[in-house]
Amino acid sequence: MAAKSKMERRKFLKGGMLAGAAAIAQPKAVMAQQSPSASEEAEVLITDSCGSDYMVDVIKSLGFEYVCANPGSSFRGMQESIINYGGNRNPEFITNCHEESSVAMAHGYFKIEGKPMAVLAHGTVGLQHASMAIYNAWCDRVPVYIMAGNYVDAAIRRPAEWYHGVQDCAGIVRDFTKWDDQPASLIHFGESAVRAYKIAMTPPMAPVLVVLDAGLQEGPNESRTKLSIPKLTVPAPPQGEAGAVNELARLLVAAENPVLVADRLARTTAAMPLLIELAETLQAAVIDQGGRMNFPSHHPLNQTQRAAAAVGEADLVVGLEVADFWATVNALRDQVHRSTRKLTKPGAKLATITSGDLYIKANYQDFRRLAEVDLAIAADGEVTLPALIEAVKRLATGDRQRLFQQRGAKLAEASRTTRERMRQAATYAWDANPVSTARVAAELWAVIKNEDWSLVSNYYSEAGIWPRRLWDFNKPYQWPGHAGGGGIGYGAPSSVGAALANKKYGRFSVSLQTDGDLMYAPGVLWTAAHHRIPLLSVMLNNRGYHQEIMHVQRMCNERNRGVDRGTMGSTLTDPHIDFAKIAQGMGLHAEGPITDPKDLGPALRRAAAAVKRGEPALVDIVTQAR
Amino acid sequence: MMKRILSTVAGFVVIGVANAPAQQPASSAPAGNAKAGQALFMKIGCYECHGNEGQGGAAGPRIGRSPMLAFRNFITYIRAPRGEMPPYSAKVIPEKDVADIYAYLASLPPAPAVESIPLLKPDR
Repeated sequence: MAAKSKMERRKFLKGGMLAGAAAIAQPKAVMAQQSPSASEEAEVLITDSCGSDYMVDVIKSLGFEYVCANPGSSFRGMQESIINYGGNRNPEFITNCHEESSVAMAHGYFKIEGKPMAVLAHGTVGLQHASMAIYNAWCDRVPVYIMAGNYVDAAIRRPAEWYHGVQDCAGIVRDFTKWDDQPASLIHFGESAVRAYKIAMTPPMAPVLVVLDAGLQEGPNESRTKLSIPKLTVPAPPQGEAGAVNELARLLVAAENPVLVADRLARTTAAMPLLIELAETLQAAVIDQGGRMNFPSHHPLNQTQRAAAAVGEADLVVGLEVADFWATVNALRDQVHRSTRKLTKPGAKLATITSGDLYIKANYQDFRRLAEVDLAIAADGEVTLPALIEAVKRLATGDRQRLFQQRGAKLAEASRTTRERMRQAATYAWDANPVSTARVAAELWAVIKNEDWSLVSNYYSEAGIWPRRLWDFNKPYQWPGHAGGGGIGYGAPSSVGAALANKKYGRFSVSLQTDGDLMYAPGVLWTAAHHRIPLLSVMLNNRGYHQEIMHVQRMCNERNRGVDRGTMGSTLTDPHIDFAKIAQGMGLHAEGPITDPKDLGPALRRAAAAVKRGEPALVDIVTQAR
Repeated sequence: MMKRILSTVAGFVVIGVANAPAQQPASSAPAGNAKAGQALFMKIGCYECHGNEGQGGAAGPRIGRSPMLAFRNFITYIRAPRGEMPPYSAKVIPEKDVADIYAYLASLPPAPAVESIPLLKPDR
């Protein structure tokens, strides 16, 4: 903003109260009805022109359906523009009770919808709350579009706004965001807002941050006739270099036992059919590590439930957007002296296609251990698949195709046998109390399998593994993948965000919700109720942070000082938490705690009926630890 | 030094709990108290990876019946596991306690036949 303009405004306000920031517009300012008695100059108290209206115009042009926020004064101008000027549509304001929930909701929403959700937060206290969830999204390579309010101009800050003012707003999250900017003018905002979207959506995707100066939001839009909305053109993702793709095709066709490992491959719904085509062309084993919904769980070539055996048999392992390829082909043993061993047989070739090779940062170590591979293609996996399939088809001669068919038959039999073994494994502790996690998965499957269902929870639940053993996943939206950074507290809000994305498609969203996770920010249940987001939350309530119980137990064992106190500090008992009452208090249909497995089916069916009416519902089940 | 000792001990343990090929009759185990064993199974954290009834999970294999591992192999593995399982020394679990846990696992009823559970019928 021009210095001249600031000076004029200060003079204009002489003798008047500073009501909020200087909200003065010159061209169409409406004069206050009350005549100033003491001041010689009339104070302008109302304006119909503000910077945040233009910001909303820009945000609308980017296609956001929702903006999640816990309300904050540093973006009050933006919030008002969204709900009044923007009509609270595209984006619609979603009320959160914690900024971590806002970002995690946006994370879960993207996993289903394939486009970012916007988030608003205070640039200081809000961003601090949000930072863990931003880190999760960063590690998961998910774009979240964050706008942070800030009071850049110290001369206009109210006392509390000094706490909400910061020189470098993005500094706290810069290590785990892809790009940020603090625009100093509306023209600058328009360009940065569009640039941020482009950067966020270009693989490898990641969160971005645009700082909204409160003065810019609330100040007059003096140049609105000169402003335009920059055109958004999302860049085409980088495809693998042709020579390298042909070389990979040659390796695949020549291999006796190639294994395709997919993790974050399915960036869009186009990926699953492509991976099926590649796998079926080669009759190759597929391991779906579950970072995204990559491959049907019951496909005969799916060897996920016997992944170690498949990798051990392989003479070629190809990682497709695998976050931790080293750990795919190696194992680390967690004992007093940590040791590693290769999982592949000697001479096995390794290849990767990943956009992770295109962009990396130094501080946070989410890039994992360096995998020694024979061929590395730095490109987006999904967009590289068509060329790879074409090259494979060109090279697959009749002799090789006959071999492929024999291999496929063996893999289909291995897959069938493994599924049988999983069904058998589920029978153990079938009637146990607390309820076995296998029983929960089986009971839940009976309730949802005839619905257009979407499992929106993540891998922290053990039953997140049982569904993948027992359920028939075959649609891209049926599994959203993992949390990313391992920050607990992701599950509940990301499930609500994914359910929000599913709502307009009429899908039945279900989550397996762990107790420790929900206790981080249970207020997101209220958000689900308030915004009528249908979601069946099935609590896997093992009354503790069980992963940590196991870690401390390991220390007890290794130090040989007694092994019976490993649960101290990690349980959620005394008193037991009544999650049904918590959920009921936030307006949900809720039942539990259920301890007898015979009560489970009826409770799930009643809750499912509530979800079909468009409400969120929760069933609290006291389960075994894992 | 510690590393060398552990690797030597591990060298004697030739089978894992999950897929032990060599079986001894369960009767060769010292007499144990199944009820006390159940309490110990929870108290010392066996349930954490193996489930309350030894049914197994992602963090640990099934160790209940079908079939039971021979006691000697069972206790050898507990003392010096080859895999991810943390070691249980004789100081923290004397052999008598191991026998009680073994008795508890051996006392568990067999799992119901998968065909008897409608919820586990294959789809279609």
